Amino acid sequence: MTPDLHSKWYPIASSTDAPKRHVFHAQLLGREFAVWRADDNFVNVWENRCLHRGVRLTLGMNDGSELVCRYHAWRYANRTAGCTYIPAHPADAPARQICNITYPAQEAWGMIWAGERATGDVPELEGFERYTVLRPIPVNASSDLVMDELASLDFGTEGKGRMTAAGAIGFVDHSGATVLFFVQPQDSGKSVIRGILDRELQGDEKLRTLTEYNWLLNTVRDSMEARASAMPAPEPMVVEIQAAAENPPDFSDAGETGRAAELRLRVTEKSKIAEDVVNLKLESIKGALPTFQPGAHIDLHLQNGLIRQYSLTNGPAETSQYSIGVKREPDSRGGSTAIHDNVAVGDVIAASAPRNNFPLRRDALKTVLIAGGIGITPLLSMAQTLHKMNLDFELHYFVRSDGQIAFKDKLAALGASVTLHKGLSPDQTEGALKKIAKDPGFANHMYICGPGPMLSIARATAQAAGWTDDAVHFEYFKNETEIDTSTEFTIELARSAMTLEVPAGRSILEVLRDNGIKMPSSCEQGACGTCKVDLIEGEALHQDVYLNESEKSRGDTIITCISRAKSDRLILDL
Amino acid sequence: MACHDKFLLNDWFPVATIEQLREGQSQKTVLMEQEITICPATDGTWTVALAGSDAKLPVRERYGVLWTCLGTPAGDIVDIPEARDTKRFLVLGGAIRVRTSGLRVVENFLDMAHFPFVHEGWLGEQPHTEVLPYKVVITEADEVLATDARFFQPIASPSAKGGIDVDYAYQVYRPYIVGLHKTNPVMEAHMDFIVLFIQPVNEEDCIVHSLLCFFKEDMDEEILRSFQQVIFGQDKPILENQTPKRLPLSPRAETPIRADQMSIVYRRWLQDHAVTYGAIPAT
Repeated sequence: MTPDLHSKWYPIASSTDAPKRHVFHAQLLGREFAVWRADDNFVNVWENRCLHRGVRLTLGMNDGSELVCRYHAWRYANRTAGCTYIPAHPADAPARQICNITYPAQEAWGMIWAGERATGDVPELEGFERYTVLRPIPVNASSDLVMDELASLDFGTEGKGRMTAAGAIGFVDHSGATVLFFVQPQDSGKSVIRGILDRELQGDEKLRTLTEYNWLLNTVRDSMEARASAMPAPEPMVVEIQAAAENPPDFSDAGETGRAAELRLRVTEKSKIAEDVVNLKLESIKGALPTFQPGAHIDLHLQNGLIRQYSLTNGPAETSQYSIGVKREPDSRGGSTAIHDNVAVGDVIAASAPRNNFPLRRDALKTVLIAGGIGITPLLSMAQTLHKMNLDFELHYFVRSDGQIAFKDKLAALGASVTLHKGLSPDQTEGALKKIAKDPGFANHMYICGPGPMLSIARATAQAAGWTDDAVHFEYFKNETEIDTSTEFTIELARSAMTLEVPAGRSILEVLRDNGIKMPSSCEQGACGTCKVDLIEGEALHQDVYLNESEKSRGDTIITCISRAKSDRLILDL
Repeated sequence: MACHDKFLLNDWFPVATIEQLREGQSQKTVLMEQEITICPATDGTWTVALAGSDAKLPVRERYGVLWTCLGTPAGDIVDIPEARDTKRFLVLGGAIRVRTSGLRVVENFLDMAHFPFVHEGWLGEQPHTEVLPYKVVITEADEVLATDARFFQPIASPSAKGGIDVDYAYQVYRPYIVGLHKTNPVMEAHMDFIVLFIQPVNEEDCIVHSLLCFFKEDMDEEILRSFQQVIFGQDKPILENQTPKRLPLSPRAETPIRADQMSIVYRRWLQDHAVTYGAIPAT
């Protein structure tokens, strides 16, 4: 029986190979990895291939929280590898399916370990509470040959090496130290010997020991390579490259209302951060949290049956938890009250993955953020992103009093870009907004979130000052999506005998999924054709670039993520 | 694997730039895995034959490039009207080896979204990264044509005096031949023209011959050639780090976005013409 090598853990790098802000190239069983450490010390081991056009990610840039592809600067988040930004389309939030392939990885004993399908923990090394990692030695020979040669090595005080439970070959050297040699199979004819000693050496002793082992292993390498070169060169290992759209997320876990609540989040922190405002920190009870972008929100499915949307206040580096701010609304129908009064640390709440109707462009020469009260939440996430990327911005925060200033620590970190406007009357607010908006400039963008009356004044002021509509972006912080009633239509599913209404602001794809129909999709921009469906009757309003003109005029297919209906009704072959 | 695509076997391919051939000396090159010998003829022209064979292949000189065909030519060499325009320089940008499929080179040539990152300070500048919608059609001549494309460029051409919004039009003539028209920075109503003639060495290796037809105003041939080589030198390491090297034609193999409309149409056009050489066909 051949052991399944892909389910084993192998060391693929020394910890020192992956310093912060670097991307290290590793290889295991023919597969290339991009290995990078985020500023929070999480080590990512990803397929070394951007799923957009296949460029190696090791050419990319590690900015501490995201890996940026060298070709088109698509940004991928620490932990999830989800895409957070596509510069060619600054106004769009990337589809959730755009996610690079990640592999199981752990850091232990001064080394980074990985395995394509490895589970559980890396091998336990008993007696290695303290350790010294030797210099890795690459060998042009198969791992079997390298293991074989190492096992027959006449070295140490106890004769031949012994095979340990951890899969290494162990010796006791002349100083009494135990040394383990792991062999990393890079490809069929390429290996790396990774040694570790069971003591922490310092200074001259460390230098001398490392030098001795380096000399020993180089000698061994020569004889291994001599033996390997006498044999026919093995064929390189065949590595399957996973197609980009073959890994759709699971939508099976729809909530009772039909809206997906695919996450279970545990409340790890609940703190009062301003008058009537609490900050909740939420962690995943299983696996990594899905990727978010600035401006994104999550739906919380509360115990009383209500569903409420809350903007994430996370900065780009915070990928291990979601942070939301909730204000107690006196006239609330129970959402904010339920959170203030009934949610406690340790509770588990059902939630949707992040969605983004308020995406942040990052191609502005200057970005003006205007927040009123609890409307600070999405803008705080945006401000932290712009700050991280060194893009020019100003954040104006309107509050009634000092006691209402939320997220003071995050604001402090943004420095001089933040301006507080306290206790202004409606007239004074309008005056302040006029000053802020006085110069639309070139390629400037404005984002506004706050109470309805303030939003209306801000929009009118910006318009009067010459800002164009597409440079002014806004989100009402109340949890009601503004409904555009311009296109509403009916879809009939011929094979499922279902009739569904597609309201304005929702795509056919979203409506299908809301009703429990599993639909594959990839780009969700009408470019890849993954969500294409046959159209039996009705006239489609095609808005995609996938179908060609004749297919569009033939009218027998429709791209459901983006196209809509010209007629009142579409009959789909579903 | 040798080429079995009739569409390619019966088409003309470049095998050398004339100015690089040495008078009176023969030279070897490879076209689609076939070793080819280029020999001087007594009348100053050149003959082309498969190595080890006396049988001559068809040969033409055009645009300063030597062309041949491994099968029976189904048509003529692609027509480039810009090359007949006496108001323009005709500059060959050199024969540059790129170790990837020539189809990947064409696709990169059709791509504007990488300008601010790969050609920063030349063909693009951050934060101006947006690719606005453009039009793509298959013409009656069965070419892929993209029009109404526009991009902000700091140094669009050696004659540029500052950043301008540049209009682009792209034209894929054949699977391995692609051209672009772009606004001339001095005479904004005129468009300069660059065309790539790609010689596939094998499915994962190619030689790119480029021809630049730029208006002569404020321009110098040597500067133009070095401009093209700087730009191409920025693309080459990206191209050689794409995996797989062959161009996948399945729309699900990679992740296209709206800005990639030209690439989407190009890949489908290749699939429709049953071009497999240098590609991974959709199954």
